[in-house]
Amino acid sequence: MTQMSKNGFPVERIREDFPILKQLIHGRPLVYLDSAATSQKPQSVIDAVVRYYREENANIHRGIHYLSERATADYEAARRHIARFINAPDPRETIFVRGTTEAINLVAHSYGRRFIHADDEIVISAMEHHSNIVPWQLLCEQTGAKLRVIPITDDGELIVDAYAKLLNSRTRLVSVVHVSNVLGTINPVKRLVEMAHSMHIPVLLDGAQAVPHVPVDVQDLDCDFYAFSGHKLFGPTGIGLLYGKTAWLDQMPPFQGGGDMISTVSFERTTYNSLPYKFEAGTPNIAGTIGLGAAVDYFQGVGVEAAARHEHDLLDYATEVLAAIPGVRLLGNAPEKTGCVSFLVDGVHAHDVGTILDQHGVAIRAGHHCAMPLMERYGLAATARASFAFYNTLDEINVLAEAIDEVKEVFS
Amino acid sequence: MTQDLYRQVILAHYRQPANRYKLDGANVAGYSHNPLCGDEISVYARIDSGRLTEASFEARGCSIVQASADMMADCVRGQTRADLDATITAFESMLEGPDEEPDVALGDLRLLREVRKFPVRIKCALLPWKTLRDALGKSNSQP
Repeated sequence: MTQMSKNGFPVERIREDFPILKQLIHGRPLVYLDSAATSQKPQSVIDAVVRYYREENANIHRGIHYLSERATADYEAARRHIARFINAPDPRETIFVRGTTEAINLVAHSYGRRFIHADDEIVISAMEHHSNIVPWQLLCEQTGAKLRVIPITDDGELIVDAYAKLLNSRTRLVSVVHVSNVLGTINPVKRLVEMAHSMHIPVLLDGAQAVPHVPVDVQDLDCDFYAFSGHKLFGPTGIGLLYGKTAWLDQMPPFQGGGDMISTVSFERTTYNSLPYKFEAGTPNIAGTIGLGAAVDYFQGVGVEAAARHEHDLLDYATEVLAAIPGVRLLGNAPEKTGCVSFLVDGVHAHDVGTILDQHGVAIRAGHHCAMPLMERYGLAATARASFAFYNTLDEINVLAEAIDEVKEVFS
Repeated sequence: MTQDLYRQVILAHYRQPANRYKLDGANVAGYSHNPLCGDEISVYARIDSGRLTEASFEARGCSIVQASADMMADCVRGQTRADLDATITAFESMLEGPDEEPDVALGDLRLLREVRKFPVRIKCALLPWKTLRDALGKSNSQP
């Protein structure tokens, strides 16, 4: 069956690029609605990783032989490419890390050690992933700083007035999520950055769920740090990026020590390498970086804006279809949303929903989504979450709805 | 396959658990949670003269956690310490050991053997039992 979205998005042709989507699960076509956990990978990304290992595997930045030069050139070309993708002004401001979690930990350790002291304050929001809570809690324990939390409405929007009141002369950093992994809310981050900057407070944005869904321009956002993971952006696991403004990165001590991050080492004194290498100790994930470069290439080929429009249709349709099922309740009704719907089925735990959906070939996430404080905010232990990427179809949402009917039948 | 897991007996224990309450006068009590999924359970028991006279639980979790806990409370009533050890071991082995018939009478609990086909749910079925085992261990070590 050939299917186009109502925007003419060629979703069936695009699905051909993702070999994993062709398989049957428990005898039924895979309906992969768990891209917020990790996205699937197009053949071009798989090929790029394989090609690196087959044809040019060598360590970078140190060899004087052909393969090392080639691997270094490809690694740095991927950096420039990914930097342009988020419109970073200079590739030296883009640091490769394992993922969003490591990016945030880098800032917590490095910026934190230099700039955050006892009684200082760090502002996060009530809809953060654990990876944007725990690093700051650890820092607070070490320094005596305090964590402040921006509250949210029942619909899942940040309360901006409350945010304004939290900012003060003790605030050293704001670290908020761009798009919520549970509610799908797109936060007004540009405004949040402006408000913080008016008080000379830097801002880190957790972009893990944003980069696969909305065009990201770090210069337009004017954020000081931006973090995301490659594996949610159709790239390999174990690679991610931290963008940081040079003005901050230059003042921050290294995160980890080791090879590649030094200029000279003696037992008396070590001098550090220039940006971004100061923050890239040890042999990096070369294959992952090249794979992420290929993923960005692929995504731009699909078209970030076109993908976003198609996903908007998916989200609208899923919201309409799920809301129409008696006994199903949606969590997160912010006007600006992308990427996922969290839902509850009356009288049925999310894990039971997940197990029955799996028997229909439908892969969703069930649980607290690594956002336990947010679950607590709504008095819930768990939700079911269907999350989308541009390779999903409207038909797949029909399969989801049919499977939810079966859940209700089993538990009726 | 879904029907194998969600048998009417299991769903009945989930919907109308006879043993879901806080037990006053419990001398064995334990709490566990599964940090991966957020399920939480408290298990209570009263042991008089070496015999478990009553067990109950309170839980926030899926149907498998709750049904397993409710059936466990039924099954262990009247058991001695030695019986309890044998029952807990038999149940754990039914889910995690070699795929053989349990050698201890487990009654309706044998329906939960189907959970073996759903590996990610095995921890749900085991959570109440692990909680009871830990609680008994703690009460054993008390003077």
